[in-house]
Amino acid sequence: MSAFLTSAFMHNIFGGLAQGVVYSLVALSLVIIWQSTHVLNFAQGAMAMFATYIGMTEIDRGIGYWWCVIISVAVGMILGGLTERVLIRPLYGKPEINPIVVMVGFLGVIEALAAAIWTSTTRNIAEPFSQIFFHANGNLVYLSPFIIFQIILAICIMLFVAALFRFTKLGLQLRASALAPEVSRLLGIRVSRMLTIGWMLSAGVGAIAAVIQASGSFGLFPTDMDGIFVAGFIAAAVGGLESPIGAVAGGLLIGLAEQFILSYWSPNVAPLGGIIILVVALMIRPQGLFTRQAGRRV
Amino acid sequence: MIRVQNLSVNYGAVRALRDVSFEAPTGQITAVLGANGAGKTTLLRTISGLVSPKTGSIHFDERDLVGVATENIARMGIAHVPEGRGVIEELTVEENLRLGAMAAKVDLAEGLREQYERFAALGERRKKLCSTLSGGERQMLAMGRALIAKPRVLLLDEPSLGLAPQVTAQLMRSIHDLCESEHLTVILVEQNAKSALRIAHQAVVLHLGSAVASGDAASVAANDDLRRYYLGVVVE
Repeated sequence: MSAFLTSAFMHNIFGGLAQGVVYSLVALSLVIIWQSTHVLNFAQGAMAMFATYIGMTEIDRGIGYWWCVIISVAVGMILGGLTERVLIRPLYGKPEINPIVVMVGFLGVIEALAAAIWTSTTRNIAEPFSQIFFHANGNLVYLSPFIIFQIILAICIMLFVAALFRFTKLGLQLRASALAPEVSRLLGIRVSRMLTIGWMLSAGVGAIAAVIQASGSFGLFPTDMDGIFVAGFIAAAVGGLESPIGAVAGGLLIGLAEQFILSYWSPNVAPLGGIIILVVALMIRPQGLFTRQAGRRV
Repeated sequence: MIRVQNLSVNYGAVRALRDVSFEAPTGQITAVLGANGAGKTTLLRTISGLVSPKTGSIHFDERDLVGVATENIARMGIAHVPEGRGVIEELTVEENLRLGAMAAKVDLAEGLREQYERFAALGERRKKLCSTLSGGERQMLAMGRALIAKPRVLLLDEPSLGLAPQVTAQLMRSIHDLCESEHLTVILVEQNAKSALRIAHQAVVLHLGSAVASGDAASVAANDDLRRYYLGVVVE
């Protein structure tokens, strides 16, 4: 058993899961925004990065890790809410491409601003759990308390998102507002409030992804979340944009694929993992692996 | 009572409603009749606040609804079943019903039980996605979703659209019964003038955005000229 745990194969499994968790969290944030607004925020990763940088600035002033998480999530939520109110709200009723173009532009602005304020160097947060790998019979198991924490966190957030949309009044109102805004208003639902809440929740979960990335061994830099956003986006598309479980499964799958390609082929082609999974998933089940509906309007 | 006074609505250069006035008395059915493009749907959308009028007022309980947000109008007890029924297909029957009860201060469990009693087919399909429902079932759901909030006013936009004649007759009977049992004020927009006039107390006839006639339903039904020129009913 210990030989198996310490094998190169399991090294790749644990490493893939650790990176996949970050993709899963980004994918979850996209599921939230899709379910509650039917808009995809292309600046999701950059907004999360910005919120986390503000959290990290506070850590420099001596606050603890968990305060940094709370501040990053709170800033992410405020940024999400403000973005919806200021940038997106004027675009409702206009062509669907408009919010996409605006958010791609906003992505550039945020990244430039972050680099101007904090420089482009990579920054780390001292993680709350040890990143020292476990040992089995004197050999390394490529699993650390921090990786276990990441996985548990992603599962908890997945359960939170699933429960939110499935069992709560708020979740039902969010979904209805995205699916049929006019009908929802006729039923007395405050749709504009729901849209803001959707953006806030989504940006909050996105910020958690960036905090985890910054806590990992590779750290965070202003454009770091671009590639992660692409992987998270693919994960959400593979899992089905309506499915929190799909988002997590998709993220982990892409993390694993990238890790195995990196290990057995070349780090340069690792991002191909996500693309291959996307192509295969789109061919087998274009509506997403975990979506219950037969079709999806995009 | 809903009192509409001198209501005019423009869509750009197009005049959708011109100086329309009528009253929908409490506890009665007021049919709004007319051909395609007469302005019937615009009238209901204006009452619900989805469309802003150029001029005029809409009073409900002495309060002018013009300028009030749609969701607040709904919360005042005005339920609007829109054209095409507005059933959210991606949600289940029960989720649609829960949405109806959400903004109103009503007991959800009690409301669901009542609607499942009233529309047995909905109870049987409560966990099904609405995309699987037939036209008649969708109409039931749209009605149930409006009624679960215990509204005082019901705005119905072409409820008979796409339904078989028998189902339409059944639907009209249930609208009539509901109006009596719940003391509802109903504004019923219909192209199917014959069916609507059978159950309505009052009627308003719209033509190209203007109210060309209004009064009690029996007198509108008896007016051969109105029926021939505006309502498309063949007069023997």
